[in-house]
Amino acid sequence: MCRRCVATCKNVQNIGAIDCIERGFDSCISTTYDHSLNDVNCTFCGQCIESCPTGALHEKENINDVWAKLKDPDYFVVVQTAPSVRVALGEEFGMEIGTNVTGKMVSALKNLGFDKVFDTNTGADFTIMEEATEFVKRFKENDNLPMTTSCCPGWVRFAEMEYPENLSHLSSCKSPHQMFGAIIKSYYAEKNNIDPNKIYAVSVMPCIAKKYEAKRDEMEVNGIRDVDAVITTRELARMIKQANIEFDKLEDDTFDNPMGEATGAAAIFGVTGGVMEAALRTAYELITGEELKKLEFESVRGTKGIKKASVQIGDKEIKVAVAHGLSNARKIMEEIKNGTADYSFVEVMACPGGCIMGGGQPIKNSKTRMTVDVAGKRAEAMYSIDERSTIRKSHENPILKEIYKEYIGNPGEHKAHELLHTHYNEMEEYRI
Amino acid sequence: MKTIEELNKIRVEKRVELDLRKNTNADTREKHILVCNGTGCTSSKSPLILENFKKIIKEKGLTNVRVIKTGCFGLCAKGPIVIIRPEDTFYAMVKPEDCEEIIESHIIQGKVVERLLCKDIDGTKVTKLDDLTFYKKQKRIALKNCGVINPEDIDEYIAFDGYRALARVLIEMSQDEVIETIDKSGLRGRGGAGFPTGKKWKLTKEAKGETKYVVCNADEGDPGAFMDRSILEGDPHSVLEAMEIAGFAIGANKGYIYVRAEYPIAVQRLKIAIEQARKYGILGKNIFGTSFDFDIEIRLGAGAFVCGEETALLESIEGRRGQPRVKPPYPAESGLWGCPTLINNVETYSNIAQIILKGAEWYSSIGTATSKGTKVFALGGNVNNVGLVEVPMGTTLREIVYDIGGGIPNGRDFKAAQTGGPSGGCIPKEHLDTPIDYESLKEIGSMMGSGGLIVMDDTKCMVCLAKFYLEFTVSESCGKCTPCRIGTKRMLEILEKLCSGEGTEYDIYRLEKLAVNIKKASICGLGQSAPNPVISTLKYFREEFRQHAIEKECKTMECKALAKIEINEEKCKACGLCQKNCPTNAIEGEGREKRHINQDKCIKCTTCIRSCPFQAIG
Repeated sequence: MCRRCVATCKNVQNIGAIDCIERGFDSCISTTYDHSLNDVNCTFCGQCIESCPTGALHEKENINDVWAKLKDPDYFVVVQTAPSVRVALGEEFGMEIGTNVTGKMVSALKNLGFDKVFDTNTGADFTIMEEATEFVKRFKENDNLPMTTSCCPGWVRFAEMEYPENLSHLSSCKSPHQMFGAIIKSYYAEKNNIDPNKIYAVSVMPCIAKKYEAKRDEMEVNGIRDVDAVITTRELARMIKQANIEFDKLEDDTFDNPMGEATGAAAIFGVTGGVMEAALRTAYELITGEELKKLEFESVRGTKGIKKASVQIGDKEIKVAVAHGLSNARKIMEEIKNGTADYSFVEVMACPGGCIMGGGQPIKNSKTRMTVDVAGKRAEAMYSIDERSTIRKSHENPILKEIYKEYIGNPGEHKAHELLHTHYNEMEEYRI
Repeated sequence: MKTIEELNKIRVEKRVELDLRKNTNADTREKHILVCNGTGCTSSKSPLILENFKKIIKEKGLTNVRVIKTGCFGLCAKGPIVIIRPEDTFYAMVKPEDCEEIIESHIIQGKVVERLLCKDIDGTKVTKLDDLTFYKKQKRIALKNCGVINPEDIDEYIAFDGYRALARVLIEMSQDEVIETIDKSGLRGRGGAGFPTGKKWKLTKEAKGETKYVVCNADEGDPGAFMDRSILEGDPHSVLEAMEIAGFAIGANKGYIYVRAEYPIAVQRLKIAIEQARKYGILGKNIFGTSFDFDIEIRLGAGAFVCGEETALLESIEGRRGQPRVKPPYPAESGLWGCPTLINNVETYSNIAQIILKGAEWYSSIGTATSKGTKVFALGGNVNNVGLVEVPMGTTLREIVYDIGGGIPNGRDFKAAQTGGPSGGCIPKEHLDTPIDYESLKEIGSMMGSGGLIVMDDTKCMVCLAKFYLEFTVSESCGKCTPCRIGTKRMLEILEKLCSGEGTEYDIYRLEKLAVNIKKASICGLGQSAPNPVISTLKYFREEFRQHAIEKECKTMECKALAKIEINEEKCKACGLCQKNCPTNAIEGEGREKRHINQDKCIKCTTCIRSCPFQAIG
């Protein structure tokens, strides 16, 4: 009953989905009238879990579902890992904050018995292709600007509940892992002659809201779910521990191809400003047709709550804003609602710091959070992955080019819409 | 109305009309029938009495008789009460059907209705209110107007010097002079803790902030306390006036009265009072033509005891869950919406106007060295005259219980008195002669509290008493801090164990340790004082706790599991009365045989004890 979760929800995220109910000895932390979290204005960001010092709050586990499918020989179990998982997973095994454990992680997943280990970064590249194309189109037509990102399911649910009348500002793109799930169950399945109904797609995410996103009605193509199970970084660590794998002694391994190739632009998706930066790299070249010389957009990096920048693309100046943490998202949305927002493109992530500080990441005690810049260290690791990459722009990813050419066609067109785009629902009844 | 001249005019004119209320020799042909409409009398049909009087007067065409609805007279045990002025005849326990007789005999024929007169402690019938011993030792300052004026008529309040203090403050005094007067008077907060009122005003005045608030704490939650309610019901304007004076002194323009929703009559009268004051321009903009603005709003409490704690009260006014804030900062610095806020109790406010009018010296001449003025107590429990009493500080408990309260009923012995409700402690027989003031009560392990005073006779089990109060605090704990939320529950569990005969000596040790820790570690007054009933009963009645724990015996038979009822064979005269009354046929024996109790059948209802004419059962 220390109420750090309540304070986080109310003061940091500005949501107030949970508070103390009942009186005296019966008092406990719950929602309004003890409703299910699903029925109140909770966005499933999971920041309450991160702030809990006793482990009284936790995500709904999907570990057992995954174990069951791994044991079932009928299923072809595919796993994809989000960009932020690799820079935080090591912490669960006593490594320094911000250690990049990509190789060991892939190796551990293969040891756990996954048939294929893919990289969500490839999915992120798809997202950039679609999102940048959509943005360029909307920017040229001045259609519902500013356009906001839609990779963050916590943010999407927040917008659906709190700003139903402004939903048209959201990009119609699915989030990277949903896009990637759809590609695996269509393109990959077809190419390798696997029945998509027998593919079990698991996503390892730094996020609790992804569990909710994967269960949304819209997230399927022709009755086939894009993603079947989502586990958090913590759950993956638990699975590795359950399997008695000595994580720190593992040899490095690489993602399975062809879906394991990704660019530096995708690698920074998990940090606040990362999606914006990746999208700008592609949008620049889409609009101008010239090669972008300096790839780093420093003005959208950093931990400031709302980052505003103006970017010169060709002869046009594009104003962008990056918000992380839902209290900052609310400020941006209020501007959009009042018509005072003059930005063209807005990136929103529900968790303060972005996905690297997501609700599914390893929990840091308050002392560590007070003394160490956890977000900074994890972000540093992500930016260094980007720097070391040979290809750093999404549209230059050779696998993407191949898949678009062979299977999807042009970004933003018919097939792409069927697989990679979604729609949103107004949920006005949850508004406080 | 806008000017002081108009106020004075009303006062002078109305005062002549109402002279008979205070002056028994008033030269008038009019008669005023005052009917108590406090909550106590209302529940025994006093509104119907009022209606009946009006109806009969109309029927008989009497023109020189007025029926007036008043607040509480104080002697609630004898309600409903009717007083006839100017001769000051006191009729007790009046029923609606008695109205006819009172009008016929008293008003028309001039003959006092003997049978409705009140019996004093010695059994003699008393005609006049002032002759009752109940009133003799009292000194009424806070309750000055209760039972004298019609609380729903602002003119009557003005007639008895109402709003004169406000006028004086606004015209003649500076902010500092007002605060100095209050400070010099030695008035201390009547809510329980006894913080010097002048000091509190000064702190709030000096606090930085453009907007300031004045709050009246009328969330009187102690079981058995009804002082604030009676003041609000009998004299609501005195609180409004004092809040305005406070607002002027500290520089506030807005006041809130936080009153319990369980006090519907008080709320209703407050609403009427505020409306009338606004109509007269006494609340609102440019009061009495000065530049001072002030308005008051009512906020209803939803029934949480902890909202009587000042910071929890503020949270509640702001619309949040009623739970205390961590202090400091105190409300004087950062209160309502973060602004400096002055919070005083109803009774504190009701003293203010008179201190301004009669001076600090007058007020500080009453009471003891450290506690000045008077204190209102809600006298209840095993005492003859249950009711509201106001006595000067320093009056002993013995005077209150035996002289004013008329002693213990049924010839029983005094065992203890609980002051301060669930936050206070019990005072045993040996401290009956302690003069009541803030310091001496604290010294003997109790506290002044808001003024609940519950007297217990020797049939009360002190372990049960502690259990009762713990039950209350457990259900009223807000749950914010761990010592109070979990600690009080654990204390209650230990007490339940003791009462059911499963306790051990170690439990007493645990209880004591827990009590001390909860007192130290809780964040608000509720938790810090919740263990007081346990600590004080342990201090004075430890033997009784030991009896419960070791000998498994409750001498008072209140703890049913521990009571063992036996018939003393020597005293038994074999009359068979106990047998006749026993609901479970547990008493055996026939004819001239001495009776004995079958313990397996006995449910310890104690009916036999009460029915035995020879005191042979116990």
